[in-house]
Amino acid sequence: MTTLVDSRERLFTAGPDLGSHLRRHGPLPWQGGPHRLIAAVEAAGLTGRGGAGFPTWRKLNAVAAGEKPVVIANGAEGEPASAKDRTLLHRAPHLVLDGLQLAAECVGATRAYVYVPAGPAADAVRHALAQRRAARVDRIGVDVVVAADRFVAGEASAVVSAVEGRAPVPRDKVRRIAESGVRGRPTLVQNVETLAHLALIARHGPAWFRSRGTAEEPGTFLATVSGAVAAPGVYELSYGVPVDEALARAGGPTVPLQALLLGGYHGAWLPAQAGAAPLSRAGLRPWGASPGAGILVALPADRCGLVESARIATYLGAQTAGQCGPCVNGLPRLADTLHRLAQGPVHPGLPAEVARLSALVDGRGACKHPDGTVRFIRSSMAAFAPEIGIHLAGNCSYRRGSR
Amino acid sequence: MSRLHIDWTACEGRGACAELLPELLYRDEWGYPLSREREPQIPAPLEGHARRAVRDCPRLALRLVDS
Repeated sequence: MTTLVDSRERLFTAGPDLGSHLRRHGPLPWQGGPHRLIAAVEAAGLTGRGGAGFPTWRKLNAVAAGEKPVVIANGAEGEPASAKDRTLLHRAPHLVLDGLQLAAECVGATRAYVYVPAGPAADAVRHALAQRRAARVDRIGVDVVVAADRFVAGEASAVVSAVEGRAPVPRDKVRRIAESGVRGRPTLVQNVETLAHLALIARHGPAWFRSRGTAEEPGTFLATVSGAVAAPGVYELSYGVPVDEALARAGGPTVPLQALLLGGYHGAWLPAQAGAAPLSRAGLRPWGASPGAGILVALPADRCGLVESARIATYLGAQTAGQCGPCVNGLPRLADTLHRLAQGPVHPGLPAEVARLSALVDGRGACKHPDGTVRFIRSSMAAFAPEIGIHLAGNCSYRRGSR
Repeated sequence: MSRLHIDWTACEGRGACAELLPELLYRDEWGYPLSREREPQIPAPLEGHARRAVRDCPRLALRLVDS
C-alpha cells in the first residue's frame, strides 16, 4: 500500500493510532529531567499557536519555577472559523500527547489534562490515551476535561476554571496563571498544536524546526481556510508564505474575492488585493492584521462586508460570558449599532456611535473578549468605509435593486 | 506608586468607588467605573481615598496593585 504523504507537512505524517505514530516518529524522547527542553524550545523560537503567539519557552520557564505544577493541553477552539485543533487531535493525537508529557517533564508537573470539546476529537484523545496506557508510554496520568462550546471557553483562565470543575468562564487575574492556576498551583496552559510542535522539536532539534518559516517567526502552523474557496479545510503552512498561497492550498477562490478575514472573529480584514502579503505577524502588521490562530476566511466580492461584519459582531456580542458589565452591556449595543448600519434603519450618527462604544468597552473586562471584538469592529469600519457611506445614503452595493 | 485594579467579574456598578474617588473615576452609562487609564495610577495625595474605596466597595471588586 502506498500512502501519499505531503512532504510539506510535519504534523499529519502519521496515522491516529499509536503503532503508526511510533513507526513514523519513534518513541517519546524523554529529556532526562526538568528544564532540559527549555533551551531547545527557546532556540527553536516556538510560539503559542492558540492565537497570542507568546514565546513557549518563557511560559515553560515561569511554570517550572513553581511547586507541583499542572499542565493542560488546550484544545477548546471556541472560535467558529477554526477547525485546526479538532483536526489535529483527530488525526495526530499522539503528537499532542507526547508534547503534553514532555511539557510535564520539563516543568516537573504531577498532573496533566487535555481540555477538548465533546465529539470526534475527544473520542480520538480517549482512544489514544487508552492505547498509551496499554503500552505504558506515559509517565504521568492524563485526564480529559470536556470543553464547553462557547467562544471564551478556551481563554486560559476559563480553562483553569473548567479543570477545577467550575463554570468555564474567564476570571480576574491578579497573578499570572503560570504562577497560580489550577487550585493555586503553577499552571501551563498550552494550545494543542504548540505541544505537537514541541514534541517534534524534542525529536529533531531547533535547527530542523527553523528550516521552515521565517527567521523571526520560525516553523509551520495549521491554517483553517474557509469561505469562498474550492477546498475549505485545515492546511499546514510555513510562516511567511503569501496569503495567496494559503488560498491556493485550499483549492483557490471559487469567485472573485473582496476581502479576507485573518485571525478569526477577533481578527482583522485584509483587502483581497493584498494577497502577496506574508502570513506572519510581521508581514500582516502593516494591515493591522495577524495570522492569530491561523484563520483565513475568504469573503466573496458579491457579499456586503458590512452585513457579514454585523453578523460576526452579533455572534460575538452573544458570546459574552455575562460577567463583566462593560462587555455584557457594551458588546450587544455595539453589535446592534453595526447591524443598523448594515441593515437599517440608518442614522448619520451611527459610525460615531460605533467608535464611541468601541472606545468605551476596550480593555474593560477580565479577558480580552471585549478588546478582540473591538479590534474586529474597528477593522470592519475601516475595511468597508466606502460601503458605510453608501449605506448611510440608504443603499447597499450588494442588495439587488439598490443603487 | 500603586494602581487601582478592578475585578470586572465582581463589579456590579454600585458606584461607591466613583463617589469616593471622583478625581480618578466616573461612571459609564451603565454605572460601571470609568477612568482615563485602564488601571489608573493613584497619585500620593489620593492614596488614602483609594484605600477607602477598596475597603468600602460592596462587591470587594477593587484592589491596589504595585505599578
